[in-house]
Order: sequence, then structure tokens, then C-alpha cells
Amino acid sequence: MGKDTTFKARNFNSVGTRPLRPDGIDKVTGRARYGADFSMPGQLQGCILRSPHAHASIKSIDTSKAEKLKGVKAVVTRKDFITKDADPALLTVLDNCMAGKTAFYDGHAVAAVAAIDAKTAKKALQLIKVEYKVLKHVTDVDEAIKPKAPLIDKKCFTSGVDPKPSKASNIAARSEFGHGDVDKGFEKADVIIERNYKTGQSHQGYIEPHACVASYSPDGTADMWVCTQGHFDFRAQCAGILGMDASKLRVTSSEIGGGFGGKTHLWIEPVTLALSRKANRPVKLVMTRDEVFRASGPTSATSIDVKMGVTKDGTITAAEAELRYTSGPYAGSWARLGAMTAFACYDLDHVKTVGLEVLVNRPKTTAYRAPSAPMAAFAVESMVDELAEHIGMSAVDLRIKNAAKEGTRASYGPVYGPIGIGPTLEAAKNHPHMKVKLGKNQSRGMACGFWFNFGGQSCTDLNIGPDGSATITVGTIDVGGARASLALVVAEELGIPYERVKAVIADTGSLGHNDMTDGSRGTFASSLSAIDSCRMAIAELRNRAAQIWEIDADDVIWENGEAKAISKGAAGNSNREPLSLANLAQSAHKTGGPISGHSQIVADGAGVSFATHICDVEVDKETGQTSIVRYTVIQDAGKAVHPTYVEGQFQGGAAQGIGWALNEEYIYGDDGRLQNPGFLDYRIPVCSDLPMIDTQILEIPNPNHPYGVRGVGETSIVPPLAAIGNAISNAIGVRMTQVPMSPPRILAALNQE
Amino acid sequence: MSVLVSSKINGDDIEFVCEPDETLLDALRDRVGLTGVKEGCGTGDCGACSITLDGALVCSCLVLGAEAEGRKIETVEGMADGDKLHPLQQKFLEHAALQCGICTPGFLVASKTLLEKNPDPTEEEVRYALAGNLCRCTGYDKIVRAVLDAAKQMRKTAKKGKTNG
Ligand code: FES
Ligand code: FES
Repeated sequence: MGKDTTFKARNFNSVGTRPLRPDGIDKVTGRARYGADFSMPGQLQGCILRSPHAHASIKSIDTSKAEKLKGVKAVVTRKDFITKDADPALLTVLDNCMAGKTAFYDGHAVAAVAAIDAKTAKKALQLIKVEYKVLKHVTDVDEAIKPKAPLIDKKCFTSGVDPKPSKASNIAARSEFGHGDVDKGFEKADVIIERNYKTGQSHQGYIEPHACVASYSPDGTADMWVCTQGHFDFRAQCAGILGMDASKLRVTSSEIGGGFGGKTHLWIEPVTLALSRKANRPVKLVMTRDEVFRASGPTSATSIDVKMGVTKDGTITAAEAELRYTSGPYAGSWARLGAMTAFACYDLDHVKTVGLEVLVNRPKTTAYRAPSAPMAAFAVESMVDELAEHIGMSAVDLRIKNAAKEGTRASYGPVYGPIGIGPTLEAAKNHPHMKVKLGKNQSRGMACGFWFNFGGQSCTDLNIGPDGSATITVGTIDVGGARASLALVVAEELGIPYERVKAVIADTGSLGHNDMTDGSRGTFASSLSAIDSCRMAIAELRNRAAQIWEIDADDVIWENGEAKAISKGAAGNSNREPLSLANLAQSAHKTGGPISGHSQIVADGAGVSFATHICDVEVDKETGQTSIVRYTVIQDAGKAVHPTYVEGQFQGGAAQGIGWALNEEYIYGDDGRLQNPGFLDYRIPVCSDLPMIDTQILEIPNPNHPYGVRGVGETSIVPPLAAIGNAISNAIGVRMTQVPMSPPRILAALNQE
Repeated sequence: MSVLVSSKINGDDIEFVCEPDETLLDALRDRVGLTGVKEGCGTGDCGACSITLDGALVCSCLVLGAEAEGRKIETVEGMADGDKLHPLQQKFLEHAALQCGICTPGFLVASKTLLEKNPDPTEEEVRYALAGNLCRCTGYDKIVRAVLDAAKQMRKTAKKGKTNG
């Protein structure tokens, strides 16, 4: 059956309303179970020993004393995991979860213990003797690419370069995008600016630390309960690492206390499974906050060179950038996404970007909400403001003049369909925020942002209960309102009330593979699949009605939750009393059994999304302290399925961006150790740091979704760094080029003046 | 070496055994089964473990289980009256003041303590009162609105109660 996913304009009954979320009561009463809230009978406590060194070869590990400690049931090191015949990508995942011959960063796991309680497990960790040979380390991105820098991986030959380099370096990958001829473009410019920008390494900062319970049975099957953004991928990777069949490992996702990309990667899960296998008991392992910072998550630190040229009348003639992103010790970060998104907001004839992925002795870089885009946007959007200033044009008008539109060839390749950058800019220009008078020491800034949004594999089941209520079973986890959105979509499609639909997240044993909830794909891809499942069920419902009425199924339509007979030539059909979903469900046992629909898709055509943010700041020039006075997010959501949760995504992304812009940063000492692995010193915004965050949802339908849905979760973190940078630069009269713009940096910028 | 602790938790007399150096957070979660109390940091920096101890708001990760002896503890699990949600819980739902919800128990307990002391707080007072609770998902906007709205409703109910009684 061909799947029709094209957008059709329609009036909605359920979609676009704002009902209460189905999992809400459990979450306000403390009943909802998150990763650490699950326990199994007879479970042991797991603990991980971590390297105190930024870079060291592991000479030997002696676990004998720990093993002899009373109450210790298992100790594992790298040798307890498969290494032979494993897929190299999996070996990299494993190496990050449990170091092999080398510890690559402060916090890298080297051994783990399972014991009868946490106290015993911690005591055992102290009894493990690891002999390290400390190696030279490098944590800074620009230091790491110098010829004399300590090599992280002797076998790292830059990929994406032809011919393949003969000398190893810390540059793991190079990617290039663009079109036209930038040199020609710069010739036409009246003003050309070149600058370097830097951004610090931030962490997703989810409040729930990683946690899991694993139970490996002697028959070779296992169960895992874990907080994750993608239990199917966790299953596939854990099974691969442990050398078991994926089908023998059943993974259940718990409620998740925030992820933002950080819970798309494995950390403690294969270790917990290995401990359970060795101890023959269920094992629970929960990271401490210190471990979360040292060993999970962070995004890249970057150094970005940008060059842009503009004519006096405000046409950007050429744009070029080299973007260098730290990747941690392994290849596989997303410098390329930075290179792809950098100039995606603009319609450019001549554009070129190069992304470099750089290995350093920091934890492996992980996806963080629109990974790699915010840093690129910080550099480019800061420069767009500076260009505007140089030619005496307003920042918003220069952006409007150069904005990409339908038909524009994107700087990363494809030609855009209907897109929202122009409309968000116009909305910003006309927004009341732009007219609010600024107070003393206050200034305004703006910036744009782009994110692709992903599609990917989704698989859903739709089951009609005997009473005519419906259950939609999905395999994408709910990071904050997806069950409500999916129930709305099903209610819409079936024509029944939202309250009669239950959305359930299946474990990996109950549904086909589903990709992660990442790339803003959860609602886009799973709603597409849910609609498809509903349509299959509706076809069956029409059959059943036709059977009851003894007419042709083609003469039955589905409308407002009922089967109706239409007169297509055959007279008299339309006199029949319509049959409701409940009627048909009740008689299902007589008409062919349970009614259900199923769908498996690879969702293509996720709609790209654009945002424009406006921000007012107040800078205290004595202390360098910045406060955010007013903040507005304008973003294209396609169709907002549940507008309240769309607003929530806009606000949450903006707040994370604000933290990154002003405060958040990994600070390394000369010894390569992380100096601020806690919420006290890695300070994320608190309630009193922020104003209300105003939102405006634009709805430019995605042509590739029946309801016009685009992804909404990520774009909101892209503009804030630059919007705030521009506001601060306007306030102090000095161009800020480094994030975070903490008080000492602002004071330094002022002093330089 | 374990200690036996008796306290009143959410209105019930509860006894539990814990280690002398065990935090009240761990005791509540692992011994009493109140996993609505969350751990985000274990160092007093996130507020996810907020409870009240004899009416005072504390981070349960900074209190020892043994210190609960003879004292009154309230957690998120004790906020609703049977199937009737506390106005704060209801308003958190209505305003979508939670996304992932891991911070929600802490925010609810902290907000309840605030409104007991100050039934008519300004936005700024709410923001400062909740500055010890971290939320990474919402940007706080909807949380602050929910608390202000719940305060309004609770004032209304209190007034009605007075005129009726
Ligand atoms: S867990 Fe107690 S304050 Fe974070
Ligand atoms: S709702 Fe996720 S941390 Fe607050």
C-alpha cells in the first residue's frame, strides 16, 4: 500500500488543542518511575572506577583484593567484554564505556564492581589497583591541531580528505559544503569581515543522572530497565557489545528525566549488563552527578573562523567558514552539522564551509539539542550583525534581505521547499518586543537559527478495544509531552475524543525497531506512523461496516468517528444508520476479530525549521554581570499538534541557550582534569536568572506530513548564543567573540577597549 | 550498627532502619519506598530531593536519615488528598509546568512551602523562592505561571472558606 504523506489543508478537531497530558498525574504525584526508581528483587549495586588522568596508558589492573572483599559479587574490566569480531563502531562505543589500553579523559571508566550495597561497592573500588603511565594530554581544540600536539589516536588519518593523509593527526574528519566561488563573491563586496569565534563546552544538564537496572539470566536472555532516548538502539548496541542476540535482550525505557541528546548514547548500560552476567544477579547502577559531568554528555568546544562580504546596499556576496569542533577521544562528532547549518538561513551565491572534527582528551562529544548548530550560529549571526553595523543597515533588514526562501539552494546542498526564515524575521520585525523602550544599560540583540529535523524509522500499532477506545503503541520514548501529541493525532484521525485514546510506549520485545527520539523526530515520525496505523485500521473498519451492511467497502466512508454508507449509484445505501467506532468494536467478534492497524515506515521529508529570537539584556559594566530582561522566541513549527508543549520546547531551548551563552562551560586545569563537575560550579540558569520567555508559533505546513507537522524540539537552542552576544555587544560597544560571556570575559572585553 | 528511626511521614507513623551515615534521601527512597523524592545531584544544588522536615523546606540529600527521628516529614506523595490533587499539582498540569517531570516533585514541595508562608507572592518572590530548584526543560516560565495561578486559586478558596465558615 502506497503511503500518502502529502500535506492536505484541513480543519482540525483534536490537533492544535491543549488537553492535559496523559502521564501528568503520575508525574505530579511522584508515582512516575524514572531510571533510578526501578528495583528488582535481589539486586546488587554497581559502581564504576574512573581514571583520574586526562590521558594515560593502563599498564595493569589488579582486582584481586576487591574481589575478595565480603559482599562483592562481581568485578569487571575491559576483558569481560567481547573484542573479537566486533563491529569497529561498537568497539568505539565499548571503549568509551570501559577503557581498553588507554584512559582518554578524566572520568573514563576503567573497572566496575557489583556488591550487596553501595557502601561495599565503593569500598571495593578503592581496593582495585590500576597502574597508569601518564601521557601528555591536550584539551583545547586549536592546540590539538598543532603539528606537535600529543596524538590521541596514532591511527587517526583524517577522513574526507583525498588522497588519504599519510600522517596521523588529531583531525578525525573533514567535511566541506557550499557552492559558487567564494573568491569571486568577495570581489563584489564593499565590506569584508573576518573573525575567530570560540564557544565553551557545555553539558545537556538533564536533572536525572543516567540510571539502569540489568538482569542477565543464566539462560542467556536479559532484561534491562533504563532511562534512555532510544531503547531499541540501546538494545542493539548492548547486545552487540555483550555478544548476545538482540532479541534476547528486552529493554524497557523508564520515564526520562531529560536527555536533550545526552541519553542517545551508551554509558553505564553495557557495564551493568556485564556485571549482572558475571554476578548472576540483577544489578542497579546510577551515576552520580560528578560522573554525569566527567563522563557523559558534553557538546563540542569550538573555534570557528568566519569571513563574510557584503555590498553597501546589503547583499551578502560571499560567506566562508572553517569550523573546528572537539570530538572527545573518538571520531564521530558532528562538525559536519555545524558546517551544514552555519549559513543555512541565507540565500547565498557563493558559500563554502569546512568542518573539522578534532580529537582531544575530553569526554566523548554527545548530541546536544541541534548538535553543532548553536556554535556555528553564534559565529555567523554575530558577524551578520557586525556587517549590518558597518553598512548602516538595521540587523533585521539585512537578514530579511538575504533570507533564504522557497527555491533557494541551501548552503548544504538541497533546494528549500516552503520555509519559515522570512516569516519569522518579518514577525520579529513587527513584534511588540521590538518596540519596547530600553532602560539604562540595556540593549537589544537578535539572531536566527536553523535545524534540519530528522525522520527515520518508526513502527506503531493501533489497537481498537472492544469498547471502541484506542491504544496507540509506539517505540519512541516521550521526552516531554509526546504521548499527548500522539493521542491527539490518533483522536483526530479516528474521529474520537482525545480521552478515549491511550498512548503507550512499548518495550523492545513488543514492537519493531524504532530509532531514537532525537533530531526532533519523535512527534514528526511517530505521528506519521500513527496516522498510517490509523488509516489501516479505518480501512478495516470500513470493511466491517460494509460486511454488516452487505454493501461494497468502497461505498463506506469514515467520517467523524463513524462509518457511513454513501450512495454511489446503488440507491438507498445512505439511509443506513451510521456505525460508530464503538458499534463496530462491539461486533468485531462476529465480523472477523479484533480491529487493529500497524505501520512501519522510514519517515522522509522532515520539514526544516527556522527561528528568530529577540533578546534584551542589561549589563552591569562594573561587574560584567548580564541579566536577561526580555526574551522572545519566534519559530516555525509546521502544525503545532499540542501548542502548549511546542511553547515549552521553545522556552526550554532558549533557557539552555541562555545558560550556555552566559555561564556554562567545562573548565579544565593544566592537569587536564575537569574542575567544575557539579551544579554549584557548572551553573545552569535558575528561576531567578530568567524572565518570562515569550513565544510566537508560526505554522508553515511541512508539505511532507499529512497535517503539516515539522519537528520543533531543537531549533530553539540555536539562536540564543548569538542573540545574547549581539545584545551584549550592543550594550558595551565591544564585539563579544567568545562564549560563555561570563562576567570576567565581559570585563576583559571592556578593559581591552 | 543500623539505627531505627520513627517519624511521621505524610501523616503516617513510619519506622525505618538505616545506616548512621545514610542520607534521608536514600532512606526515603530505598527504605520507605518514596521514590517521588528525586536525586539530581546529592550535594544540595538541584532541589529535586526537596521535602519538608517539621514544616521547613530542606534538601533531603543534605540531611541524615537518623535526623528524622521523632520529626514530621512531608513529600510530594503526601500532597494530594486522596484523588483530589493539591491546587499546585492541578495548576502544574494545566499550565504544562512539567516536561520531563523529574524536577516536579521538588518544585511542588518548594512551592507549597512558599505559599504557606506567602499566599500572595509576586512573580519575583516566586522566582527567588524557587531559585534552589533546577529545571532544565521548561525555562521556568510555565512553572512560575502555575505557582502564581495556584496561589490565586488558593486565596479564593481560603476566602470562600472564611465567609462560609
Ligand atoms: S539531590 Fe538534593 S539537592 Fe540535588
Ligand atoms: S521538567 Fe525536566 S527538569 Fe524540569
